Amino acid sequence: MIRMEGIRKEYRMGENVVAALDGVDIHIRPREFVSIIGPSGSGKSTLMNIIGCLDVADAGVYMFDGQEINDYTEDELADIRGRKIGFVFQQFNLLPRLTARENVELPLIYQGMSAGKRRARSREVLEMVGLEGRMNHKPSELSGGQQQRVAIARALAGKPSLILADEPTGNLDSKTGAEVMRLFHELHEAGNTIVLITHDANIASQTPRSIHIHDGRVLEPATESEVVI
Amino acid sequence: MQTISMAFKAIWGNKVRSFLTMLGVIIGVMSVIVLISIGQGTTAEVAESISAMGTNLLTVSIQTRKPGRFGGGSSGAKGTVILKLDDILTLEDEESIASVSPTVSGSLTVKAGSMNTTAQITGALPAYAGIVNQGVQSGRYIADADVTNRSAVCVIGTELATTLFGNTDVVGNTMHIDGRRFSIVGVLESKGTSMGGSTDNALILPFTLAQRMLDSTTIDSIYISAVDSANVDTAQEAVERWLYRKYQNENSYSVMNQTQMLETANETASTLSLMLGGIAGISLLVGGIGIMNIMLVSVTERTREIGIRKAIGAKRRNILMQFLIESVVISGMGGVLGLVFGLLLMHVLEGVLGMELVMSVGVAQLAIGFSMGVGVIFGLYPANKAARLRPIDALHYS
Repeated sequence: MIRMEGIRKEYRMGENVVAALDGVDIHIRPREFVSIIGPSGSGKSTLMNIIGCLDVADAGVYMFDGQEINDYTEDELADIRGRKIGFVFQQFNLLPRLTARENVELPLIYQGMSAGKRRARSREVLEMVGLEGRMNHKPSELSGGQQQRVAIARALAGKPSLILADEPTGNLDSKTGAEVMRLFHELHEAGNTIVLITHDANIASQTPRSIHIHDGRVLEPATESEVVI
Repeated sequence: MQTISMAFKAIWGNKVRSFLTMLGVIIGVMSVIVLISIGQGTTAEVAESISAMGTNLLTVSIQTRKPGRFGGGSSGAKGTVILKLDDILTLEDEESIASVSPTVSGSLTVKAGSMNTTAQITGALPAYAGIVNQGVQSGRYIADADVTNRSAVCVIGTELATTLFGNTDVVGNTMHIDGRRFSIVGVLESKGTSMGGSTDNALILPFTLAQRMLDSTTIDSIYISAVDSANVDTAQEAVERWLYRKYQNENSYSVMNQTQMLETANETASTLSLMLGGIAGISLLVGGIGIMNIMLVSVTERTREIGIRKAIGAKRRNILMQFLIESVVISGMGGVLGLVFGLLLMHVLEGVLGMELVMSVGVAQLAIGFSMGVGVIFGLYPANKAARLRPIDALHYS
């Protein structure tokens, strides 16, 4: 599903060039549930942007779902994001003026799906996350856990190859956080590929495999003690 | 479809701001429509009053010269050739000419009872009524005998009659013109007001007497009617030949026919319309700048929204269209509301100005089209700015 070889990404900070990613090699198979863990400043956000096709690497090879992501235009990247990746963010990132259902339908609109199919699909995924009774509520009328489940439903709507979750439990209390993690496990068992990015070792330990990242490099093999929190 | 409903949602979510933005376009469209229709109304009225005088009409004006250095302001100083009434009447011998009436005009004080005012006096021959197509509604017109005898009789316009007597039933009454007593023998047909002054305020006197009262022995304008509209050009040539024989100088006189007068009036009026429309167009432009301003603010405010949309698969085109449609919807709604308010304002102004204002479909289409165009042009820059935002930058914007 994901194969990265020698991925580099540099940022210019004034006169200095800082390598956010300094030769990263990662391999993730289909149907895997992997966490990427690292402290802030380790480069994991940059890595997430590249995995999620929000940004492209300066050097290295990135194969995603059999496609080499390289020299793509912004619109081609948008197309890949829309069809193949479902994002779940720490801040939920729902559009406040739209109802839960409209938020879930949004990626389907950009894929050009007809209104009838969109309605059916949005109901289906909202049922999957247990929010069929809240479809016409605005995000402000939902609890944090419910908002994150709407966001997960939105990520699932387009039947993506990969679900990319960035600190999905970071804004939730431990109880709702655990519920969301349980949902991810269910989705994994249903056959989805999930990459979860976190700085929380406790969350990372719940996934079958963890990739540790530190100072722009992957530490392998990683042990619990090496993780700097 | 989806994008349009999204645009309406975004506009509705910011009702006050959207309305204020729209206001610029509303005022712009309203002023375009109202000012252009006033311009067109004026044109129509002038044209109507000119053609009401008959299409067979020719008018001759003799260029008067300034009193000579030694002239001492005597009345004989106008022109080198003094036209005599009998001279002019020989024009009627031309086959293409039906009738001829020289006129003199000037302002004099008129008085009836305790009412006192200044009126425009026209001295004319009986033929004048037929030439300018304005007879009497009661009583009689100036007769040949009045001209010969310099009788102190006059024919009065309806509005002047109302001013002086309070009604138009004034045949047989007397009035004073410049201190001299006149009896009113007829009341003119009403023709309504026009740009060139109302004939309803006119006072027609026998030509010979008017010359004396106005202390003018020369003739400076002649009204001529051709036998029919097909002969207007022939008649005009005959008149010009005749005048050239008299003056030997083309600059001393000018002959105008109704078509030329209509053209001149139309030209003036369309220049006026264009100018008014242009001024109004500027306000529409200012409205457009208002839209651009607000759209730029809106793009900045919704940077995060743009980031989210892009992350879940929106292409540049989608974002561009979203913001463009929003600005076009704002300007289009402004255009429609401007049209409605413009029509209401025109209705009010019709009463105030006393003229009939008609909005042509073309002007309405132009105004709506122009306002939509303003939405596109001034929405393009902000929409493009939104579309070019990089998703990661937009997502991390707070």
